[in-house]
Amino acid sequence: MNTLPQNTLKTRVPQEVVKRTVKTAPSRYRNEIAKYIVHRSLDCERCGKCVEVCEFGVHDRKPGFKYFAEPHHHLCIGPSCEKTGHYCVAQCPKGALQIKENPMYRALGDFRWTADLILATWKMAETGKVPAAAYDYNYECGNSGGGFDKLRFKFPKTPPVKLTEDEIDTSISLNKRKDGRPEIKIDVPWYGGGMSFGSVSNVTQLSKARAAVAFNTFTCTGEGGYMERMRPYDDHVITQVATGLFGVREETIQRVPIVEFKYAQGAKPGLGGHLLGDKNTPAVARMRETVLGISLFSPFPFHSVYSIEDHMKHIDWIKHINRRALVSTKVSTPTDVDMVAVGSYSAGTHIVHIDGGYGGTGAAPDIAKKNIAMPIEYAIGKVHQFLAAEGVRDKVTLIASGGIRSAHDVAKAIALGADGVVIGTVELVALGCVRCSLCASGRGCPRGIATTDLDLAGKMDLDWGTQRLINLYTAWRKTLVGILQRLGLRSVAELRGRTDLLMHLDYTNDVPAKP
Amino acid sequence: MPEKYHIKTQPVPPRRPRIGKHGVVDWREDCARCHNCVKKACVYDRYRQEADYINKLTEVEALYFDCMGCFSCVQDCTKSILCLSVNPEYEKLGNRYWKPDIIKTTWLQAETAKIPVSGAGYRGPFSGHGFDSMWTDMSEIVRPTRDGIHGREYISSSVDIGRKPSYLSLNGNQSIAGLPPLVSLPLPLIIDLSSPAHTLPKLDVVIEQTAAGTGLIAIMDSSYRPADEAHLENIAFYLAPDSAPVPDAILRKTRLVEIADSPAVAERIKEIKKIHPQIVVAIRVELTTAGIGRAIELAGMGEVEVIHVMADANGNELTAQKPRFLKDMIRQIHTTLIEKGIRDEITLMAGGGIALPEHMAKAIICGADLITINLPLLIALECHLCESCAPGTPCPAKLEKIDRAFAVGRMTNLIAAWHDQLIELMGAMGMREARRLRGDVGRAMFFENLEEETFGKLFGVKK
Repeated sequence: MNTLPQNTLKTRVPQEVVKRTVKTAPSRYRNEIAKYIVHRSLDCERCGKCVEVCEFGVHDRKPGFKYFAEPHHHLCIGPSCEKTGHYCVAQCPKGALQIKENPMYRALGDFRWTADLILATWKMAETGKVPAAAYDYNYECGNSGGGFDKLRFKFPKTPPVKLTEDEIDTSISLNKRKDGRPEIKIDVPWYGGGMSFGSVSNVTQLSKARAAVAFNTFTCTGEGGYMERMRPYDDHVITQVATGLFGVREETIQRVPIVEFKYAQGAKPGLGGHLLGDKNTPAVARMRETVLGISLFSPFPFHSVYSIEDHMKHIDWIKHINRRALVSTKVSTPTDVDMVAVGSYSAGTHIVHIDGGYGGTGAAPDIAKKNIAMPIEYAIGKVHQFLAAEGVRDKVTLIASGGIRSAHDVAKAIALGADGVVIGTVELVALGCVRCSLCASGRGCPRGIATTDLDLAGKMDLDWGTQRLINLYTAWRKTLVGILQRLGLRSVAELRGRTDLLMHLDYTNDVPAKP
Repeated sequence: MPEKYHIKTQPVPPRRPRIGKHGVVDWREDCARCHNCVKKACVYDRYRQEADYINKLTEVEALYFDCMGCFSCVQDCTKSILCLSVNPEYEKLGNRYWKPDIIKTTWLQAETAKIPVSGAGYRGPFSGHGFDSMWTDMSEIVRPTRDGIHGREYISSSVDIGRKPSYLSLNGNQSIAGLPPLVSLPLPLIIDLSSPAHTLPKLDVVIEQTAAGTGLIAIMDSSYRPADEAHLENIAFYLAPDSAPVPDAILRKTRLVEIADSPAVAERIKEIKKIHPQIVVAIRVELTTAGIGRAIELAGMGEVEVIHVMADANGNELTAQKPRFLKDMIRQIHTTLIEKGIRDEITLMAGGGIALPEHMAKAIICGADLITINLPLLIALECHLCESCAPGTPCPAKLEKIDRAFAVGRMTNLIAAWHDQLIELMGAMGMREARRLRGDVGRAMFFENLEEETFGKLFGVKK
């Protein structure tokens, strides 16, 4: 580093510190969506027995009040409570209480993001803890019937090595090339994916950036330009250079420790970015230096790159402009993703970022989301093994994304061969996204997350957003440490490529374990 | 360069209330009548639209279900009296193969002619039956890609139908012997015969006009006569053994004809060619358990130009206890014809179970030259696919009252959206021609192969 010129960073502002402190950050909404609903009939004599027996605070009568408040449905663990001896339904002397599954629960979620996964993510973002076992949320996987959802860890009955939480290292190194550029380490094996200003609000972007600061990791600008308000977090920002080149300037490349070339993205592999006209507000148009209100379709691909040699030229250009930056190459997952990864390494990239076909947060044609490119679960192993066979696995960082929904997915991706992951959708869910998929249309996200409409974006407060993400990251890190602890691994780096610790529910799993 | 294929479209709103996935149930008796009611804050203004809808109702036909499912009103209501639920009417749409999602997206495309776009990633199962067990490839860095959808590069979706000899033959005087006729279509899609169960009084006219407007061909009953003779170019009569004959003068104005498979198929082709030498003759082969063998046998006959294989409406093999799916059957026929060295001589059309535009691309990747559809066009007219089309049974979509301009507009929009999506997929793959897509399984990924190559190596044998 010392041998490199330091003068490439011309304008630097004081960097803000964000503490990694967990604080409760309840839902922004008055009524939380609950798995069960508690119904109190007119037979209730208001004796208060339910308030007394419930361990979870579902029933609530404010001091001095005669009537109960609306039950806190989201705190109820449902009929399984019967086993605990604190079941309000059984204890009510008048039989006035009923607990039923909430019909809204069925309307929430989908195959990949089940209602359980969404509700559990909300709980983590609220409290910084994994939900209590009593809630019985299945947040370890979704219901897609394949990939991560069929993979499980083979936990030994007792860990081979007993480790305390403090002894476990969750950090990963992003520069393995030993080329004199900074040895950047992040404290958790994930960083935030690129979501542009335009696709999401500035509060969303800033919340991501501040959480990245708290966890000494990164967030990415996406392709919509670099907001001035991001400057206090420069050291934790990745500038994305995508095919539209919106807002890409020499200065925005020089500000940051990592620059990412986005060749493709999992939301729409093989297609350029889409920002529909309604979301191209005056602020967005100014940032992207485009005409207000027109739909912005980024070209695909970079028309200056048709070979690895062209790609190398791109990387050299970035490396020359910012002599301290690492370069990341974000690609999607075609059949020859392994060749692309090795080619990117040989072109000089520090990070190969593969984004699987099922991921993404941005607006994308449904036909592309479902049908183009392979799911990330296949691509990780393919790339990891090919890089190893080429003898370069330890000289490049492999980052996977596209469908990472939980800390368990993070661990599975790493066990399949990635060094770390990039997350996106889960951050939006933590901020209150219900996955209605309406990010692209009209004024954008009705939940105020993926929108640049001032009224809608005003629904979210920066401190709240930051805290929700810090809480989520804390819960994830704790879960990841728990997994490593059960496996007897001292660091997340030791988990990389340990497929022998995984099993697949559809297979016999009779492959001998690694010595 | 030939003129770019472009379908003129305009929005055609639905006649009937939308059947959305979600609806909000409102327990009004507990309402606090807040002046800042969440209903006023609906981003999509659905509550006001619902009130307008109800005010204009003259008879109760259908409820208003167009909630976008964002939960905002439900979660913000002061008294928590709103509840969002899945619309049971939505869940009743279609069947196990033609799922409600397929019906909904088809309706949307028929209305707008646009490619459906949404955010927040893919929501469906990891893989599935039939076409859902394969993914198309994309190009990246090391291969050129095509930026076709926004017109920055031209991607051709044209295909040729007919026999294509693998070499030229010469007459005795060293002149080139006559080449077989070819029919060029701007899109690898043919509108298939309507099922007798779905035949509606005005449907034939609508299909004729849609085919003419889009430059495609529709296979129609031999008794049908278009009002405009110029449209005969866009009609391929289906000649079953018991069907009405087509006058020679009419037949001569068509480019393609389809005949039922029979032992005397070679003679039948000769008879037709005698009347109209420049016509291309397709043979309809049902994909029963003997269907694949029969298609391969026909392909070996010198007279045969086009084989149209048909699975059932859900893409399954007919009359089989454990039916194979259309994609696998196409692959088998295609591969066998390659092994026999005659694949390029024959045009293979495939139909049955083609429900979405990706099915068109995937069927072609598996080896078909083009596909045939009918049900998606019917769904475009707001059909629920309730399959209760018996006379006297009321149609929930009131298809019997359909307006011709509406129907042609909706079908045209759907075809245009399918065309755009084919271009989208081919652009991502870096393909410039639909002709070159045929059989290029190297540009696709199959679930079984990926599982075997990755998880098979790691986790043993699949149970």
